[in-house]
Amino acid sequence: MNQWKNFSKGLLKENAVFVMFLGLCPTLGVTTSAVNGLGMGLATTFVLVMSNLVVALIKNQIPDKVRIPAFIVIIATFVTVVEMVMKAYVPALFDALGLFIPLIVVNCVVLGRAEAFASKNNVVSSIIDGLGMGIGFALALTALGAVREVLGSGSIFGLSFLKGDGMLLFVLPPGAFIALGYLIVLANKLKAKTT
Amino acid sequence: MEYVLIIIAAVFVSNIVLNQFLGICPFIGVSNKVDTAIGMTGAVTFVMVIATLFTYLIFQYVLIPFELEYLRTITFILVIASLVQMVEIMLKKISPPLYQALGIFLPLITTNCAVLGVAVLAVQQDFNLLGSVVFAIGNAIGFGLALITFSGIREQLDMMNVPKQMKGVPIAFIVAGLMALAFMGFTGIV
Repeated sequence: MNQWKNFSKGLLKENAVFVMFLGLCPTLGVTTSAVNGLGMGLATTFVLVMSNLVVALIKNQIPDKVRIPAFIVIIATFVTVVEMVMKAYVPALFDALGLFIPLIVVNCVVLGRAEAFASKNNVVSSIIDGLGMGIGFALALTALGAVREVLGSGSIFGLSFLKGDGMLLFVLPPGAFIALGYLIVLANKLKAKTT
Repeated sequence: MEYVLIIIAAVFVSNIVLNQFLGICPFIGVSNKVDTAIGMTGAVTFVMVIATLFTYLIFQYVLIPFELEYLRTITFILVIASLVQMVEIMLKKISPPLYQALGIFLPLITTNCAVLGVAVLAVQQDFNLLGSVVFAIGNAIGFGLALITFSGIREQLDMMNVPKQMKGVPIAFIVAGLMALAFMGFTGIV
């Protein structure tokens, strides 16, 4: 029951994007389509789970003073792994995400979970926490990507349902800010209703 | 002339915040007041230029000769983290007033993706050494321009009557979207 709580809090109640406002750069930068959002979300989830696992394993060996640099090295290692794997197996997605793959290192969500959760909890809880947070992040990115894709190019997950062009604005940078702004309003509204 | 174009492109055309989506966290997080926005801009400019200089040198003269390009991400983030730490210690000793002013922002910069992003972009775009530094300066100016004007707008926004669910961050995003729209007007001038 307790583990379910660790998992589910990342989905909505402490959702990284809509509630905590963490990891906003990739959120805005890669979500021109739902597929890109999902790909970025899954890559971040992998890094989140693996770094939480390793941090939880070696938390007692790391001196308190150098813990942040140590966490960053652990995270950067897994980001490099993701970078190489994506380059080899999904080159199209690798090109679409571009700069934002190495930038997973400085995604505040990953370092935030390592510092706030994995460095204080056991291995199993940390993995579950990473998984929940990662899936919540992936959901948020996919949702934003889907909204922008539907409005901007009249398709969803690459399936076109509209002839001609959509509202180009939503594929361009300004649309990212505006769409995310209204999605946060929606999330606020849902939260206000449930409590 | 080439360097002037790099600066104009970095500040207006592909503005790092409003067009490239780097450094959104401080852009939303510390833009409540103009004063803090100016402090953050100072700290970021400082670190971004020095970090780009160091990472460029390390990439060209250490990583490429030894064929260690795949270590780019790890090396760069370590350089940035230690630079931030070093700058903090040095400022404390050399200029206490400046340290007081920038103090709280410095640790935040390690996880500012604008710094790492500019360092990676500079080596990706094959600039020479001077070009990389100019590129970093241009991006720092672009960051400052976006952040300071945005904080000015947000100070005014606090006094406005905004619907309850939109108060704070959501309305800030919509304002940022409109600013990005305005910056799109610069597309094509370089």
